[in-house]
Amino acid sequence: MSDFEETNLFAQQAANVRKSRWIVAAFVVFFAWLGFGGDAIVWIAAKRGAQVPWQPGFPLLGVAMTVIGIGLVMYVRRSGAQKVLWSAGAAELVDAKTDEEQRFRNVAEEMAIAAGVPMPKLWVVEDPDPNAFATGNDPLNSHVAVTSGLLAVLDRDELQAVVGHEYGHIKNYDTQLMTTLAALVGAVVLMRDGVGRAMRYGGFGGGGRRGRKKGADPIVLILLVVWVISWILAPLVINMLALWVSRKREFLADAMSAQFTRNPMALAKALEKINAAHAPTLSIKGGVAHMCIADPLGRKLTEREGRFADAFATHPSMSVRIARLKAMAFQSAKRAQSQGPSASGVAPTL
Amino acid sequence: MVGFVVLAVVAVAIFLWAIGAYNGLIALKNQTLNAWKQIDVQLKRRHDLIPNLVETVKGAMNFERETLDAVISARNKAITATTSASPQNVKGAAEAEAALSGALGRLLAVVEAYPNLKATANVGQLQEELTSTENKISFARQLYNDTATHYNTKQQQFPTSLVVGWAGAMPAELWEITDQAERAVPKVDLGFGKR
Repeated sequence: MSDFEETNLFAQQAANVRKSRWIVAAFVVFFAWLGFGGDAIVWIAAKRGAQVPWQPGFPLLGVAMTVIGIGLVMYVRRSGAQKVLWSAGAAELVDAKTDEEQRFRNVAEEMAIAAGVPMPKLWVVEDPDPNAFATGNDPLNSHVAVTSGLLAVLDRDELQAVVGHEYGHIKNYDTQLMTTLAALVGAVVLMRDGVGRAMRYGGFGGGGRRGRKKGADPIVLILLVVWVISWILAPLVINMLALWVSRKREFLADAMSAQFTRNPMALAKALEKINAAHAPTLSIKGGVAHMCIADPLGRKLTEREGRFADAFATHPSMSVRIARLKAMAFQSAKRAQSQGPSASGVAPTL
Repeated sequence: MVGFVVLAVVAVAIFLWAIGAYNGLIALKNQTLNAWKQIDVQLKRRHDLIPNLVETVKGAMNFERETLDAVISARNKAITATTSASPQNVKGAAEAEAALSGALGRLLAVVEAYPNLKATANVGQLQEELTSTENKISFARQLYNDTATHYNTKQQQFPTSLVVGWAGAMPAELWEITDQAERAVPKVDLGFGKR
C-alpha cells in the first residue's frame, strides 16, 4: 500500500465521519424548526387575537420535537443497521445450508483477509434479482447482505468482486454515513405519515378551520403554509441528501474492490450481469436504495448523465462504472506484460 | 547564550524526530509480522485439509496413486519448510508451498475427469474448501507482500534509514511465486498415470 493510497483512505474515512456528524446535526436542527416553528405560529396568531388550540408561553412543541429528534438520532445510531436489514427482509447466515451459501461465507472470509477488515456478519435476502448492500456503524460491527439471486447468478470470482466492493464501503466508513441516512429517511417518512393522519382527523385541522371562519390572518396563514410544506418536503430533502452522498462513493468502492481482488474484470462482469437482470429488487424498498451496489429500483435515470440525473439518481451510470473497471483491467494487463509476472499482482491505481 | 538555546532546540527536535521514526518502524515491523502470521494460519489450514481430501478420493481413484502420493509428499515437505520460515527466510517455504499448490492443482484437475466422483457431495464441498483455502493463502500473501514492501521502503528511505539499526529493523523478504508453471492451471492428463 503506497502512502498516497493510505492518506487517500484516511482522508475519505475522516470526511465520512465528519459528514455523518453534520447530517445528524442538520437533522436535529430541522426537527427543532418543525417544533419551534409551530410554537412561533401559535404565538404570533395569539398575539394577533386569533383563537389558538393551546395557550402560548412555554415553547412546548419546540422542546418536544427537539427531544424527539435527538432521541431518534440516538436510536438510529444504536439500531440503524438492524432496522435496515429488517426492512430488506434479510436473514442472517449462521450455518450455511446450501453450497451457494457456503461459497458466500468462504468468499467473505477470503476478502476479509485481503481487505484486512474483521469478518462482518453475513445476511441473505430471498429475492431473485441480484443485488447487495453493506450496513453497520463501524468496521467492527458491520453487515454484508446479498440477495439469493446474486448467489445464483454470479460465479466465484464475480461474487468475490462484489463482496470486495461492499468491504470497500465498510473500510471507508461509507456504511456508517449511509445507514444513518437510511434510518433517518425511514424515521421522517413515518413521522410525516403519522402527522398527516393527525392533521386530517385531529385537533390541528379543527383549529385551522376555526381560525379561518373568523377571517384568518394572512401572515399566520403564510407561516402555516410554509411550516406544513416543510413537513411535506422533509423526506424529499433527506432523500436528496442520501443521493448526493452515495453516488461518488460507488467509484471508490469499485476501485477498492479491484485493489483487494487484483481482478477488476471480475467486478465489471458482475456489474454487467447485475445490470442485465433488469427486474427491480422487490424486497429492497426506496429507503435502502442508496446503499445497494446497483439501484434496486432499476431506474432508467441511473443511465443518464446531466444535472437532473445528478440530483435524483442514487447511483452513477452503470456503463461508466463498467468502462472504468475495464480500463483498470486493461492497464494492469499491459503493465504485467511489460514487467513480467510479479508476486503480488499489479495494484490498480486508486 | 543564544547559541546554546538554538543548539538545545535543534537537539530536542532531532530527538523527537528519532523517536517518531523509531516508533514508525516498530509499528511496521509488527504489521509485517502479523501479516506473516496470517499466511501461516492459512497454510496450516491447507495442510490439515489435505489428509481429508486424500481419504475421500482415494477409493475412487486407484489409477491415480501417483498424483495422490505427489500431494502427500509435497504436503510433508511443505510442513517441514514452513516451520523454519520467517520474514527473513521466505524462499524455502515459498518454494515448498508452490510445489504443493501445483500438486493439488493436478489432483483437482484429475478429480474433474471423474464425473461420478465429482457428483459425490462430499467431494464438491472439499473442492470448494480447497479453492477457498488457496484463495485465502494468496490474499494473505498479497497482504504480507504489500505490508513488507511498505516496511522495506521505509527502512531504505532517508532519513528513516538512520534509525534502522537502533530499531532493529531488517528487510523482509517478499513471498514470491517462484515457479510460474506451478501456478498455471494444469492440463488434464487422460493417459492415466503416464506423467
